Amino acid sequence: MVDTQRTLLLGNLACVQGAIYAGMRFYAGYPITPSTEVAEGCARELPKIGGRFIQMEDEIASIAAVVGASVSGLKAMTATSGPGFSLMQENLGYAYITETPCVVVNVQRGGPSTGLPTKVSQSDTMQARWGTHGDYTAIAVAPSTVGDTVTETIRAFNLSERFRTPVVVLMDEVIGHQRELVSLPKPGEHQVINRVQPAVPPEDFEPFGLTANYVSPMAAYGSGYRNVATGLTHDTMGFATNRPDEIKVKLDKLRTKIMDYQSEITKLRVEMMDDAAIAFVCYGSVSRAALLAVALARRAGVKVGLVQLYTIWPFPDNKLRDYCGQAKRIIVPELNMGQLVHEVARVMPPDTEIHSLQRYDGEILTPMQLLEKLEEVM
Amino acid sequence: MATVEKSQDTDKQKSDVILNYLRPKKIFPSVWCAGCGNGVVMSALIRAIDRLGYSKDEVALVSGIGCTSRLPIYLDFSALHTTHGRALAFATGVKFAQPHMKVIVITGDGDCLAIGGNHFIHACRRNMDITAILINNHIYGMTGGQGSPTTPSAAFSTTTPYGNVEKHFEPCDLAQAAGASFVARTTAYHTPQMEKTIMAAIEHRGFSLVEVISNCHTYYGRLNRLGDAVSMLRMFKENSVTTAKAKNLSPEEMEGKYVIGTLYEDDKTEFCDEYQKVVDAHMEGK
Repeated sequence: MVDTQRTLLLGNLACVQGAIYAGMRFYAGYPITPSTEVAEGCARELPKIGGRFIQMEDEIASIAAVVGASVSGLKAMTATSGPGFSLMQENLGYAYITETPCVVVNVQRGGPSTGLPTKVSQSDTMQARWGTHGDYTAIAVAPSTVGDTVTETIRAFNLSERFRTPVVVLMDEVIGHQRELVSLPKPGEHQVINRVQPAVPPEDFEPFGLTANYVSPMAAYGSGYRNVATGLTHDTMGFATNRPDEIKVKLDKLRTKIMDYQSEITKLRVEMMDDAAIAFVCYGSVSRAALLAVALARRAGVKVGLVQLYTIWPFPDNKLRDYCGQAKRIIVPELNMGQLVHEVARVMPPDTEIHSLQRYDGEILTPMQLLEKLEEVM
Repeated sequence: MATVEKSQDTDKQKSDVILNYLRPKKIFPSVWCAGCGNGVVMSALIRAIDRLGYSKDEVALVSGIGCTSRLPIYLDFSALHTTHGRALAFATGVKFAQPHMKVIVITGDGDCLAIGGNHFIHACRRNMDITAILINNHIYGMTGGQGSPTTPSAAFSTTTPYGNVEKHFEPCDLAQAAGASFVARTTAYHTPQMEKTIMAAIEHRGFSLVEVISNCHTYYGRLNRLGDAVSMLRMFKENSVTTAKAKNLSPEEMEGKYVIGTLYEDDKTEFCDEYQKVVDAHMEGK
């Protein structure tokens, strides 16, 4: 039987499909290479389903409109690349402190500054964790194929609604601009999570009330529950506070609601790790090269495996230690000057050899380069 | 005697209207100095919404950063107190997501015209049905009296200690040039006119700007020797001319005067209405 859902799709458009599947009905964005096709896809598709697309005056306004739409009740997304991601950091911080679900897609390109608009990079890995000022806990997910892009975008929306927090989808130019055959999910194939609505009468509603899992129910505008949101550090009513006890409760909430439930967030792909003495740990398009390198090396009898991170942030400390336990040598290939490698080094036992394989000239890491590094390490 | 009783009644009714719209559980006082124009605008806004008859769930207030921008937190509507200068961009998201709601932005001269200048001109251009109330006190109040884009040339502030060498923006001219379809000015003295102007702005379908000339006697008044709140309000009273009167005055006579009233109004198409046409034409299964 011919699978009619199987279609040749651009990575950036797979992101649009995933978002719509997850319930996105609002997109605000600003053109930037290599993410622009996400905006174009949303401009085409959203009116067809009664959704809304708007091109804003810049990326600052784009994420602002996204937060405004989400606070008032619609699932919302924006997409950008490095320079735009930098501009979004201000209001991304606002989304963290106001606990507003939204999805921010960063199709990474080379930097700093305008950098390499059409070239691949993973140099925003750390920015996705630490980009905005202040203390907060970030969630970031990363696809490595066009098919992954559909499912990881759905997952990003689900995590953002589940945890009332922004979620970053860390794509890169290779995935965004790649065309692959994908099977689009059928209705019901994936779970779609929606934010929890208040169960108390409006007069008892606390917009940032503490619950058993630290996630406060969220009411839409016009629902009878009158929301308050402020970027000022606030109490459970959403009112600004300078009281040390309330400040600590708020900041702890931002961390605990995510870190105590990390098992719901962490997603890894583990290949050939049962007997591996050496492991590749990587994410995104680099893991495609790593998969082939592992297969080729295994054919030659080398005990090497791969741990691919679908969840970059929060960093999967325990899971990574579990899977890499017996591998005493780890290679971290990445398209930057070494970012993920520091996290791996932080997590692994001190007797583990950590090797960094960096490429930052705008080109992809090839399987051959990974094999060369493997030989060097062996 | 009867007259006095009647007047007391009216005052009580007036304060009941105000109290009905203050956010429950919010602890007052506000952050505003005694006599600040922000409170005058807040009560005019309450009366305007009350007279228009909108329910509390039909109104959303959005603001940025500054003394003025604290206003939405005090009132019992959905409130979004956002980042500096970005209120109009957040409000664009709210209004476009919930077109049935009345979205009102409360902003100050620094918030709207300096850091938020780009969002301001694009909100005007887009002509989305948002009402922006720009409380213009010619200075940054919250940070302690620095010069703003509406600080007049030669005026004093803590960052223009020898007099302002810059030129200032005229927000109403800027809004009209950028495409806003309703532009009006009032002052913190002219409260009945302010109330009516805010009502007209809310009812106007399209982007509307209400500039309120207001007093920061604490900083602007003190640094420029303009006296206390009452003196500044008297100055607004004495230096304001209506649009009708302004037509007959020479440029010399208009020097230093505020023109109050509706300065510009048109019926150009509104953003959400136009987008809805796109949805109606392309929605699947229709």
